[in-house]
Amino acid sequence: MAERRGPCGIGGFGPAGSTGGARAGSSLATGAEPEARARSFGGPANSRWLRLGAMEELDGEPTVTLIPGVNSSKKQMCFDWGPGEMLVCETSFNKKEKSETVPGCPVIYIIRKDVDVYSQILRKLFNESHGIFVGLQRIEEELTGKSRKAQLVRVSKNYRSVIRACMEEMHQVAIAAKDPACSRQFSSQVSILSAMELIWNLCEILFIEVAPAGPLLLHLLDWVRLHVCEVDNLLADVLGSENPRKHESFWKLVTILVLQGRLDEARQMLSKEADSSPTSAGMCRILGDLMRTMPVLSPGTTQTLTELELKWQHWHEECERHLQDGTFASSPHLESLCKIMLGDEAALLEQKELLNNWYHFLVTRLLYSHPTVKPIDLHFYAQSSLDLFLGGESSPEPLDNILMAAFEFDIHQVIKECSIALSNWWFVAHLTDLLDHCKLLQSHNLYFGSNMREFLLLEYASGLFAHHSLWQLGVDYFDYCPELGRVSLELHIERIPLSTEQKALKVLRICEQRQMTEQVRSICKILAMKAVRNNRLGSALSWSIRAKDAAFATLVSDRFLRDYCERGCFSDLDLIDNLGPAMMLSDRLTFLGKYREFHRLYGEKRFVDAASLLLSLMTSQIAPRSFWMTLLTDALPLLEQKQVIFSAEQTYELMRCLEDLTSGRPVHGEPDAQRLQDDDIETTKVEMLRLALARNLARAIIKEGSLEGS
Amino acid sequence: MEEIYAKFVSQKISKTRWRPVPAGSLQTAETFATGSWDNEENRVSLWSIGDFGNLDSDGGFEGDHQLLCDIKHHGDVMDLQFFDQERIVAASSTGSVTLFLHHPNNQTLSVGQQWTAAHYHTSPGSLSCRSAPCTGVVCSNPEIVTVGEDGRINLFRADHKEAVRTIDNADSSTLHAVTFLRTPEILTVNSIGQLKIWDFRQQGNEPSQILSLTGDRVPLHCVDRHPNQQHVVATGGQDGMLSIWDVRQGTMPVSLLKAHEAEMWEVHFHPSNPDHLFTCSEDGSLWHWDASTDAPEKSSLFHEGGRSSIFLFHSISNQANVHQSVISSWLSTDPAKDRIEITSLLPNRTLSVNSLDVLGPCLVCGTDAEAIYVTRQLFS
Repeated sequence: MAERRGPCGIGGFGPAGSTGGARAGSSLATGAEPEARARSFGGPANSRWLRLGAMEELDGEPTVTLIPGVNSSKKQMCFDWGPGEMLVCETSFNKKEKSETVPGCPVIYIIRKDVDVYSQILRKLFNESHGIFVGLQRIEEELTGKSRKAQLVRVSKNYRSVIRACMEEMHQVAIAAKDPACSRQFSSQVSILSAMELIWNLCEILFIEVAPAGPLLLHLLDWVRLHVCEVDNLLADVLGSENPRKHESFWKLVTILVLQGRLDEARQMLSKEADSSPTSAGMCRILGDLMRTMPVLSPGTTQTLTELELKWQHWHEECERHLQDGTFASSPHLESLCKIMLGDEAALLEQKELLNNWYHFLVTRLLYSHPTVKPIDLHFYAQSSLDLFLGGESSPEPLDNILMAAFEFDIHQVIKECSIALSNWWFVAHLTDLLDHCKLLQSHNLYFGSNMREFLLLEYASGLFAHHSLWQLGVDYFDYCPELGRVSLELHIERIPLSTEQKALKVLRICEQRQMTEQVRSICKILAMKAVRNNRLGSALSWSIRAKDAAFATLVSDRFLRDYCERGCFSDLDLIDNLGPAMMLSDRLTFLGKYREFHRLYGEKRFVDAASLLLSLMTSQIAPRSFWMTLLTDALPLLEQKQVIFSAEQTYELMRCLEDLTSGRPVHGEPDAQRLQDDDIETTKVEMLRLALARNLARAIIKEGSLEGS
Repeated sequence: MEEIYAKFVSQKISKTRWRPVPAGSLQTAETFATGSWDNEENRVSLWSIGDFGNLDSDGGFEGDHQLLCDIKHHGDVMDLQFFDQERIVAASSTGSVTLFLHHPNNQTLSVGQQWTAAHYHTSPGSLSCRSAPCTGVVCSNPEIVTVGEDGRINLFRADHKEAVRTIDNADSSTLHAVTFLRTPEILTVNSIGQLKIWDFRQQGNEPSQILSLTGDRVPLHCVDRHPNQQHVVATGGQDGMLSIWDVRQGTMPVSLLKAHEAEMWEVHFHPSNPDHLFTCSEDGSLWHWDASTDAPEKSSLFHEGGRSSIFLFHSISNQANVHQSVISSWLSTDPAKDRIEITSLLPNRTLSVNSLDVLGPCLVCGTDAEAIYVTRQLFS
């Protein structure tokens, strides 16, 4: 049994940033619905549990899929893996009464692994990212250094924008949904997409951008600002009110702005406060000045990190002094802001509500206490921030673990955790591929299959192929799996149902472009076979010619000849008359073409040409012996023409052919009435032929003799 | 060609068609229909590119096309044609032909008339029939002509329940497309590279004329007739070649132009500006062919960006020069004088572009990557 880990249709993954809550057992895609998609053909309505999971080294609890309609008390089950699906059916062993045959199981269940593939909105994600993926594979290897990095960052941003677009649409749908369960389901999808984007963005900063100390923090700030975006609504709300200062959320807003390092905006808010309240105007001005003078790294200047650190130290001391002096003692709001700006952990933790989550806490803490944090030290601060923020009240959740692994620069752990937590392979496959292009994954090889990138891409592509419509996308993913992609494609492509010729042509094109001759042959054969079954001999012949399938061409040619013998005329002349060089594919086809040519010549009254063609068909052994009698009968009218057409030489040949045919005949044992009658007709035919040949020979000898004589 | 809008629609698009604008009106195209294929449930949909008042004033959705209404369609949509302003004919892979009615008042679609099992196979030795995909449909009010994989040609009238005329075994291979030449003559292309002209005035099951490429039997997938010069016909083949035919003379194409790298799924002359031609292909490209001789930038043939390239006519027949006076730019064979400028319209290659349609300055196309592209500035 193949061991499969990771997404199995059900997984737990909470909304981004939520703290605690019932998360276990919540499924990603469909809320409380079981993921088993069963096709029922009628059967008992009991149910039974099925366990999907790895046999050893569990990374998580194996998920349980409930299959409705399976009787657990009586029946046993058997199953079989497919590329993206699993077949399950009941078995009923009855040891005691072997004689009594139990009718086969009435129901077969199809269990789909990659349920997200079936989401209408996620289809857009798959399709749009497919284009980005293909573009990424074509990035020239020569590109090095900065331009290559810039390209990769651009690709990463494109992927993220697709996730965001999808998230927005899902959000709209969730709002518009009337059914609350449905709405919940979409909302949970939104939070998953949001988490994906959050993780991807962090990976982009840490692994692709590889920001050094200084710019690193600026990137992290952007990251937090992008994902904790409620503040913008609040800002609009407060500024839109009649008297912003009196708005109940005024101080909340200022605090959030400070927490996010948006000091310019915070300062503007403070100036509003200063304008309307003369008592605190002084304090506000001082704090505003502190905000303004906070040293920040501005990209583009030649300022060194040491200079920045020095200035920052200076500024920090000034803030400290104001706090010590009790400058803001009369205003608790301002004092707490000042404490935040000093990076005071206790003051920060007081704002837990506003910080939302530990990584926001981490970034704010770094901003006001270690602005020049080095990438290598990140994990230390991240771990302590997580511990401080959770404070032992709750344990970290999957998202926390993934982000922590990223802060630890443990790419493999990130991918592994994501594989377990997310319900589809899209995310890990694309992220891993991108990181591989950044040359970050070379060393890692799996003990099965190929490397990790390829393994994940294969899984994703197999999922696409299981889908009735998205299979076309999968092709390109297989193309970029150097080791096992080709074999996988060969196995999958043969299983695409060919409902129309147009679809078949698309599949054929895929195979032909990749020189998959075996598959081309098999597809053409399927189509030829279908055409024969539908009595479309012309189509069948075209397909066997395309497949260069000599055996099948022979079979179809025989059918044409049989039809001719029965009806006395050819069908599908438009094809047979235009065979061209394809005629050489098989002897029988050549014969068919040539025999038709004989008829055409005869029809055009070119008797001499027709006669020599007819004879050559027999003497060259192209014509099957079973058909010789027909050919000889065709010669009859030529022999009976007024002028002599067959020369003496040719007549001898014809006679030899006739004798060959008649002498080789086996003697029948017990002749029945029908056979006697048949034999009778046959004998008459032979007699007539012999007579005609003899007469023609006589005429030919006389003619040739007289011509030579004259 | 800066303004090309893409929209992902979660279904593979097999056909896109503009709704015709009333003759003589100054209206521009604003509604188009699409059909999907290879889905568990396929649909015929109507879209609008019209303005939606203030909704779009922020610029966010301007130019984007919005779904007006859609309806389930049994089987893949193999072909789609507007019968008139309100009616759409769809050809199905199940062999049926359906006439859909559009009700603009409440924006819904309904089934007006359906001819089930218009195309079918007869199995040898049994009376049972198996449905055969209907591959092409063409309308000329009140007549509808359909062709199918069964090599059958049907002539329907919108108000008749039964086929008015059926030509069984019209072709030994699959018929891929059909177009009207001059009423009542139609032209079909098949999978062994032949063009056949049928005259409904003649009884019997024989075409009045057969034209073909020599020897190779490369399947032809699409055909379009020059809107003004009814004897000029363009076809696209499996090898991506564009062939221009003059059906009045010879049995071979006037010119063969190397075009796409894979099956050419559709070819369309611009209805009002027929020196322009559009083709799309399985290789994911969409091309604009400009054969107008008065193109102002003729001296500088290469666009900036290098997206366009020049192809010379590869004429295989010189007979076309006989009627110099009425010759269209597509039939001229002097390679030095006449060049065709080709522009690729899609920014980057995707999966197969299955269908396209042009009307006025607007173009719409649909792809297997489940995207619909629309541009409203073809000649800017």
